Amino acid sequence: MANKIRVATTSLAGCFGCHMSFLDIDERMLQLVEVVEFDRSPLTDIEHCTHCDIGLIEGGVCNSENVHVLREFRNNCKILVAVGACAINGGLPAMRNHIPLEECLNEAYLDGIGVENPQIPSDIELPLLLDQVRPIHEVVKIDYFLPGCPPSADVFWKFLTDLIEGREPSLPYELVHYD
Amino acid sequence: MRQFIQGIVENNHQATHLLQILRQIQSRFHYIPEEAIEQLSGLLNIPRTQIISVIEFYSFFHLTRRGRYELLISDSITDHMLGKKDLLGYLENKLAVAVGEVRSDGVVSLDNTSCTGMCDQGPAGLVNGYALTHLDHSSIDKIAALINQQKPLSEWPGELFQVDDNIHKSGLLLNQQLEQGAALKAVLMRGIKETLTEIDKSGLRGRGGAGFKTAMKWQFCSEEQQAERYVVCNADEGEPGTFKDRVLLNTYADQVFEGMTVCAAIIGAKQGFLYLRGEYLHLHDKLQNILEQRRRNGLLGTNILDAGWNFDIEICLGAGAYICGEESALIESLEGKAGIPRNRPPYPVTQGYLGKPTVVNNVETFLAAASIAVNGGDWFAHIGTEKSKGTKILSISGDCARPGIYEYPFGVTVQTILHDCGADDVLGVQVGGPSGSFISDQEFERKLAFEDLATGGSFIIFNTRRNILDMVHNFTHFFAHESCGFCTPCRVGTSLLQKQMDKIVEGHGSAGDVVALEELCQLVKNYSHCGLGQTAANPILTTLERYPDLYQSRLKEISYEPGFDLDGALETARRMANRDDAGAHLAQIEVNEHE
Ligand SMILES: Cc1cc2nc3c(=O)[nH]c(=O)nc-3n(C[C@H](O)[C@H](O)[C@H](O)COP(=O)(O)O)c2cc1C
Ligand code: SF4
Ligand code: SF4
Ligand code: FES
Repeated sequence: MANKIRVATTSLAGCFGCHMSFLDIDERMLQLVEVVEFDRSPLTDIEHCTHCDIGLIEGGVCNSENVHVLREFRNNCKILVAVGACAINGGLPAMRNHIPLEECLNEAYLDGIGVENPQIPSDIELPLLLDQVRPIHEVVKIDYFLPGCPPSADVFWKFLTDLIEGREPSLPYELVHYD
Repeated sequence: MRQFIQGIVENNHQATHLLQILRQIQSRFHYIPEEAIEQLSGLLNIPRTQIISVIEFYSFFHLTRRGRYELLISDSITDHMLGKKDLLGYLENKLAVAVGEVRSDGVVSLDNTSCTGMCDQGPAGLVNGYALTHLDHSSIDKIAALINQQKPLSEWPGELFQVDDNIHKSGLLLNQQLEQGAALKAVLMRGIKETLTEIDKSGLRGRGGAGFKTAMKWQFCSEEQQAERYVVCNADEGEPGTFKDRVLLNTYADQVFEGMTVCAAIIGAKQGFLYLRGEYLHLHDKLQNILEQRRRNGLLGTNILDAGWNFDIEICLGAGAYICGEESALIESLEGKAGIPRNRPPYPVTQGYLGKPTVVNNVETFLAAASIAVNGGDWFAHIGTEKSKGTKILSISGDCARPGIYEYPFGVTVQTILHDCGADDVLGVQVGGPSGSFISDQEFERKLAFEDLATGGSFIIFNTRRNILDMVHNFTHFFAHESCGFCTPCRVGTSLLQKQMDKIVEGHGSAGDVVALEELCQLVKNYSHCGLGQTAANPILTTLERYPDLYQSRLKEISYEPGFDLDGALETARRMANRDDAGAHLAQIEVNEHE
């Protein structure tokens, strides 16, 4: 048990689609947990990361909490991986980058249709939004990028088995060919 | 407006004239109004979306109203070396308008533009398309006053628009102004085939950069089985630091037109075009007059020199796009479209303008061809080096006593040039413009020639007080701005190069950032569709190779730092939520970072 490879995962500004796709490795999960132990992850409900070998990050960075979580992962994971279009480029959430944050907040909390009791939420418990959604490699150093929206289960499988078996990960063309 | 547009279209009823039509509308209304687009779409029978894409492509066209005085200031590195930044701030103050904006009364707008080809007499700019040179505080005072009084440009003092040739050294070509018609008469005497043989013997290679053998290009074009052929003179001259074509067209235009006519006789073309960059609008009327004069003198038009040759030349103005210097993008632009490079092959000699065989040559190439037609191939070939015959006309700018035009036999050393133009204390030279390479003070024995340092003629000198990274930064921004956006490696890659370069220059770089930069350079270079993308990383690559320490010294001793101000990115949210507690801030670098 002590020698199992420790993996942590998280979703920042993402839709959990990448996590769902990871679970699509289906019965291969049983093979995986033979050699892998999950640390912090939505799959385990462990709240903080301890020393890990691999960290998988879904989603980009849209608020201050994302920055803290991402830094926690960077500080604890030997290898940090950007998983999916959102982590790599900002993805769908980054579509707001073309609109000034002030307008977004006004629309959502003050003058949008159906807004009752208009006010901008202000509570020290709440994370603040960054003016732009950022790819995660603009905030911390990232070692690998898994493309796709979401990357397919086979991509996760190929990438993780490569790493686990000590090979330099590489994705064959069929796995990153989208049309 | 309807009548105005109806009027222009009556004279230019083909879709190929779209650029020329839009230029007139922009110049009259200072933007292209929606009604104009609708009307043009009907008259020319092209979809409005296509017209909009053309407007959006060229930086001199606008969908929203610019000032009645559209002021653009050149953003070339040479202008910066002459104090451009400070002058721009002064202008903003004097005119009460910020860069990129239109003043609220609609009188004036101010913006940056890429190199305007006045590098030897900058800082330079354009007002409603006309070149302004030698800008300084006192000329800006004058310009601001004239604009505030709303004086028409025709009443502005001529000295503001004075453009000098600054020819400091003439050689084979510049020493001898041909008599009008001399080259054509020589062709008539010698024979068409025999003239092509002389041009072949001369060893003349294209002067626009790539250096393709001119005789071979003409031969290929003439061998195509097609009824129509075209001759195009490439006067787009957009490479920052190049301005020799401007001088040739100002003082040797007759000979350039003559070279085009010689080419037409050889390949059998009836129509030619001079594609003149929009920044050289000041030359337009003068060139039209020369063409008119040539027609009157039987050197252009029908039955030239009573030899039965028919050939005419039309001048087409560009609208602010460096990529239109690339020959296939230029042809697209001549056809009234956005200047997006075509797939090559087929090359223009087989399928060019309107799909017909077309020769595209640089201004200097046509000038040389005319001289060779008169003097013969040996006259040219006995000068130069083995693979680079004849002379090269250089545009010299930057840190030297006498910037301007210099003509040298190929094979001249950098050292000799630096000596002649009065450059001391030189750190290095950018040869061939941003798409060329930077050479350091260890390499001044190198020679200008296709065998060693190939160049379209741009030669920018930097002395030891200059910062190389500022230059690289400027060039990298230039390419990101000028990328035509067609292919992803260049469109996205040049922006990423710009971002990564900014990050390092602004001191946010850390351990892996230079390696990441270099990888990105290789990607942009190897996967881009055309020469722009393939050379866009050259400023970084050629300086990284020579000065790796310079880049490394900008890096911080940490594993990583974001390239943007993290805490600043929370400012809007903080203000709107009315917060300033510790949780409402972010440190740029984490304090207890584990290495
Ligand atoms: C991005 C780009 C810009 C260019 N700009 C010019 C230019 O301004 N003038 C020019 O003569 N050639 C320019 N060229 C080269 C032309 O594509 C073409 O090779 C040249 O006009 C051929 O003429 P030549 O054989 O006389 O040199 C450019 C090429 C690229 C890729
Ligand atoms: S990459 Fe796609 S699947 Fe993954 S988080 Fe983003 S939107 Fe969801
Ligand atoms: S390399 Fe750049 S300029 Fe050339 S086609 Fe691609 S996007 Fe356009
Ligand atoms: S479709 Fe988006 S890059 Fe090709």
